[in-house]
Amino acid sequence: MTRAMWHAIRWTAPGAVVLALATDVASQTHELPAPQQGGVVVGLCDGETALEVPGVTAEQMTGEQAKRVADRLMAEWRRKNPDANWQDAVAQGRPPNVPQDTGAPGAVQAPKVVEGEAGAPVVRPPVQQGTYSNYTKRDELIWAEETKKFVVEGDAVFHDAKKLGSTIAMSCDMCHPNAANTHPETYPKYQVQLQRVALLRDMVNWCLENPLKAPAMADDDPRLRAIEAYIMAQRKGVPMEYGKH
Amino acid sequence: MKSVETKYMEAREGLLRSLHNMDRRTFFKVSAAAAGAALAKGLLPPHTFQLVRVAQAAPARAPFSFAYISDSHLYEKKVNERFIRAILRAIDDVNALDPQPDFVLFGGDLAQLGQAAELELGAQLLKEVKAPVRMMVGEHDWFLDMGEKWRALFGPDFYSFDHKGVHFVVVNSINEKDFWTARKMTPMERMNTVAGLDNPIQSRFEVGEAGRAWLKADLAKVSHDTPLVVFSHSPLYKYYENWNFWTADADEVQALLKPFDHVTVIHGHTHQLLTHRIDNIHFHGMLSTAWPWPYAPEGLPPLTVQMNRADPFSQHDGCGDGRVVVHPEGVVDKIYSLWERNPVTVKHTYLASGGQKDRPAATTLPTY
Repeated sequence: MTRAMWHAIRWTAPGAVVLALATDVASQTHELPAPQQGGVVVGLCDGETALEVPGVTAEQMTGEQAKRVADRLMAEWRRKNPDANWQDAVAQGRPPNVPQDTGAPGAVQAPKVVEGEAGAPVVRPPVQQGTYSNYTKRDELIWAEETKKFVVEGDAVFHDAKKLGSTIAMSCDMCHPNAANTHPETYPKYQVQLQRVALLRDMVNWCLENPLKAPAMADDDPRLRAIEAYIMAQRKGVPMEYGKH
Repeated sequence: MKSVETKYMEAREGLLRSLHNMDRRTFFKVSAAAAGAALAKGLLPPHTFQLVRVAQAAPARAPFSFAYISDSHLYEKKVNERFIRAILRAIDDVNALDPQPDFVLFGGDLAQLGQAAELELGAQLLKEVKAPVRMMVGEHDWFLDMGEKWRALFGPDFYSFDHKGVHFVVVNSINEKDFWTARKMTPMERMNTVAGLDNPIQSRFEVGEAGRAWLKADLAKVSHDTPLVVFSHSPLYKYYENWNFWTADADEVQALLKPFDHVTVIHGHTHQLLTHRIDNIHFHGMLSTAWPWPYAPEGLPPLTVQMNRADPFSQHDGCGDGRVVVHPEGVVDKIYSLWERNPVTVKHTYLASGGQKDRPAATTLPTY
């Protein structure tokens, strides 16, 4: 099971689950029968196959139960498609929980009927599908966390004279609290004092070598990359305005 | 040797000159003192003007000035000489003033990390100042040993004095609620946390309950028509919380200052031109000798005319020292003596007129 497939499991209606491959649109019209044994009816992305999993409800399904449901569906799909060129993905760590979210771009397969404010049903239109666009809010959270780690590392370097290599106990934040007045959005620009066009990293290195009395950092120095990440993160929302003085 | 007659005539002339310079209110005080002198004449030669002179000494007629040096953030010499060179430049500046200021205020943050050696170095350097020095504490001086070394060197962190009819008050506005015990911080960790302007772990600055009680008691002895000048390290108002450009109990402190006719607050910590007025209270920032701070992204007091942002390629640009001219009626002009730039004067008329008159020169390079 790949992560993308896990993300393709979607609640479509109370008590019913559709397992959909990202490139498949058949499930948009897949009508699922009502449960007969008080369990959950799940539909396969081939638009035909449906089976009931007794003993669970869609609202209360644990990750483990959801995996069993998906495994049964996959087994059924493979039974029906013995000639498919299928490659099992190597399991990567702990299987993720069944995603609760249905609002990510490119994720919703079928027109979804939800309760509106006045109790009237509201139909959400279908959205475009594609492999690249098929990610969820959960993916975005993971990516945001990874990016934040990078920024936090930059924060640590920015505020630490030792990590910066200063020989006179100075750090960036002493003049630039929260990276104020670093204005990354204005680069590249002609740096009058250097008499050449400079990038943000050129000024970072200038500050290192002069006020901080630290060695300049190489372009691929993880500390420099992290400092850039931190500075950029502080200026979120500020319009890019290269060349500004 | 002067003859008795010459001394008498000099004293008489001095009295007449001072009477000429006196306003109505002072005249009544002098009259009362003169009556006192008459009652006590059995103890004193009848022709002496001594008591009259003492009584008149309180409200001055001529403006006087004091200078300031602030936020020097000294490291030990072996760590960093840059800031030592900067404070020496400021000391040269104030020593070169002619006429000399009546005293020099040091506005806090003498040390960078509260080290005994840093404070001792600062004390030694400030001995080079020719005029008397008045000390104020900053958070960089305080949070290693909670002010123990600073107080041993310089005395109490709260005190007041009267000078030429003006009541001066120095407060410690950089107290913080305990954020360190629960986190099991060492004194050095506590110091490093507070030393980071943008470190959100620390608490906000405050004069504190005990400090406010002291201030209230101190001001209770002062008549409301006495000009008041208050020195605080942090601004006694709320500018930008994240950087402690802020005093959490500013409203309560301002309430204590409200009954006075003329109040001026001179503060450090912000390392920039900063001007604010709340009713009767005029606020002025001080420059740092070490480095300028950028203006905060929000909360800038509307009367502030920003200083041009500093040239990063010049150690001294945007830094400096300054002077305060105190006028007889108790209002002040604040002079920012910026290094490598023209000085900027923020006149009392600019504040009194709500920014209509005597506006300082505008910035051409504001903070990004």
